[in-house]
Amino acid sequence: MKKTTVIVGLGSCGIAAGAGKTFSEFQRIKGADKLDFELKKTSCVGMCFREPLVEIIDDSGTYLYGQVDPAKADEIIEKHIKNFSPIPEYIVHSEKFPSADQSFFEGQVKIALRNCGHMDPENIDEYESRNGYAAIRKIADNYLKPDQVIQMVIDSGLRGRGGGGFSTGMKWKFARNYDAPQKYVICNADEGDPGAFMDRSILEGDPHGVLEGMIICGYAIGASEGYIYCRAEYPLAIKRLNIAIEQARQKGYLGKNLFGIEHFNFDIKIKEGAGAFVCGEETALIASIEGRRGMPRRRPPFPAQSGLWNSPTNINNVETFVNIPWIIFTGPQAYAAMGTEKSKGTKVFALTGKIKHGGLVEVPMGISIKDIIYNLGGGIAGGKKFKAVQLGGPSGGCVPEYLSHTQVDYDSVNATGAIMGSGGMVVMDETTCVVDIARFFLDFTQKESCGKCTFCRIGTKRMLEILTRITEGEGHEGDIELLEELAHNIKDGSLCGLGQTAPNPVLTTIKYFRNEYEAHIRDKKCPALSCKKLLTYTVDQEKCTGCMSCTKGCTVDAIEGGKREPHFILQDICIKCGACYTKCKFGAIQLS
Amino acid sequence: MRVKRISPEPAALLVQPSVDISLMDSLIAKYKYKQGNLIPLLQGTQELFGFIPREAFLKLHNDTGLSLSELYGVATFYAQFRLTPSGKHMIKMCHGTACHVQNVTAITDELLDFLEVKDGETTSDGLFTVETVACLGCCSLAPVMMIDEETHGKLTPKKAMKIVKEIRRNEAL
Repeated sequence: MKKTTVIVGLGSCGIAAGAGKTFSEFQRIKGADKLDFELKKTSCVGMCFREPLVEIIDDSGTYLYGQVDPAKADEIIEKHIKNFSPIPEYIVHSEKFPSADQSFFEGQVKIALRNCGHMDPENIDEYESRNGYAAIRKIADNYLKPDQVIQMVIDSGLRGRGGGGFSTGMKWKFARNYDAPQKYVICNADEGDPGAFMDRSILEGDPHGVLEGMIICGYAIGASEGYIYCRAEYPLAIKRLNIAIEQARQKGYLGKNLFGIEHFNFDIKIKEGAGAFVCGEETALIASIEGRRGMPRRRPPFPAQSGLWNSPTNINNVETFVNIPWIIFTGPQAYAAMGTEKSKGTKVFALTGKIKHGGLVEVPMGISIKDIIYNLGGGIAGGKKFKAVQLGGPSGGCVPEYLSHTQVDYDSVNATGAIMGSGGMVVMDETTCVVDIARFFLDFTQKESCGKCTFCRIGTKRMLEILTRITEGEGHEGDIELLEELAHNIKDGSLCGLGQTAPNPVLTTIKYFRNEYEAHIRDKKCPALSCKKLLTYTVDQEKCTGCMSCTKGCTVDAIEGGKREPHFILQDICIKCGACYTKCKFGAIQLS
Repeated sequence: MRVKRISPEPAALLVQPSVDISLMDSLIAKYKYKQGNLIPLLQGTQELFGFIPREAFLKLHNDTGLSLSELYGVATFYAQFRLTPSGKHMIKMCHGTACHVQNVTAITDELLDFLEVKDGETTSDGLFTVETVACLGCCSLAPVMMIDEETHGKLTPKKAMKIVKEIRRNEAL
């Protein structure tokens, strides 16, 4: 009989959901009851809405349990492990017990996420048992020349997954073509887009996959040093990368004359980012590794010609690198067979916001936005109406519901005014105000602007002021036109991607939701009932129990009414802070 | 723009606690001759003291030859660096998109009210520093906050307050 294996998902989000406690509980009972099962760790399978996740593999099959707190863990041990009777109510994915959550996995094709949640990321042997380091071995065993490797990457059609969408193979070719004694490979792990977390998940779940991708790149372009520029906000990713690098060095996968290829030396260092969104831009990232303020510079020369320490440098992001070993091992044709004519392969999306099943999904390019949201994501949470989806974070734009048939590939998404970006997909329902969302993103880009280009530095600030004014009911005629004018000037007058794309959220929301802007400006109303200053707060006399908690919460004494009597809000005193709304436990405060 | 997010009031500079800057010697020895050492030096200093004291800037300048303006320029550019001491516990409120859509602003406001501080400030008992940050990458658990290294998800104002109160109670013991 096969030994039962219990695998607990310990990614950052799993831990935040309490997976650490769940793991300890399994450990405790295993010890206390002297149970003979193997307890292992893995990272995130992307099913974030059911964290903490526990997978149990035994003779009879594989069972994925969701939302396992210590109490459920006890029950699972008692019934499933001791008495071999699985508990269908808690199972979220298993061949034997169909569950409502199953649709989350249907339609997904896992290439970049192939190892996430399926192995212990801190164990190099497990990676190797899943064809790890087999791609670089294939190169060595077949004496593939760097040019052949680059041609394979070109043939796969892989485009940069960090947002730019430039052909990865071509980028490698440029870096290869410059002759220099020293070249560098940089992995951009400064995932700063609010709403995107696929890179974190890949680093935490498959650090060796990223290392192998970088090693192959180093061989292809002729570099001997690699850097991973990782956000300091991702402590677990950094920890696991360090472990992975150490293990790879011990096995001789990093160092000198690697994999029997003479003169192929390659090593990788981690650089912790110090917190600046703009460092996602290539030249700013290089400046930051060199120890300077992360400010972009004019291109050309491109990093492929003169990058880190003025040497030819190739920069790709995490998701791009992790695709490489699969492409080399399986063959570029298999990758190119998926996707659309110009966007090949798969893309990982971080599905968040007002969605039922939030998490990480990997789908073939060309699937429609609607399919992702309804089939994989299970639709909108709370039975609300789907309004729009924000693609590409602060550099992207809002795609409205009526364009949700748009297929996800670089060109179709660009045509809507949004961008693919790194793959953040924030779903909004009818209660989300698009003007407020535009303001939110401008607030972000305004703070993160490095200040080098005047239009980006001052222009974003002025746009933010106008948007804030509009959401507070102080907007006036001509504001929309002024926003558009500023937006175009900022796009034209900025050096790097941050400034060039910062106005996108504003432009797309004006394009698709101009009536909402007008409602804020002309009628002083927020159709989504979200902008506090534009709301009127009243008390529903039927629901009010007279508990006085709103009265105590009101800082301006605008609420009248004694204990156990229905309350009233004095509209001329109310400052519309919304404190009563959050305080009321009976839903008696109404918005209009 | 990025500057001044954390640059301190002049008065705050005067009340800096004195630190033992000789602790930095091994750090400086490690990085002194390395290329691109400026940011690791500042990160190491902050790890030692929890912030970058004025004397540390001077010492880095004297011992490594890096110019003071460059050091200060870099320290004020990146959000990570603090020029004033932080509280014992760091509360990072995630204001990423997903958290924003799930109304994290209300939670932050309530927490700041409760702790009687503004964004980026430290409580008078020195226990907590509250900061709003861009994105912690736990979007599916939004709204999220991170206290020290631990992330707390699916927050409500009540839940957030409970966690903070619990830490305060444990500290009082």
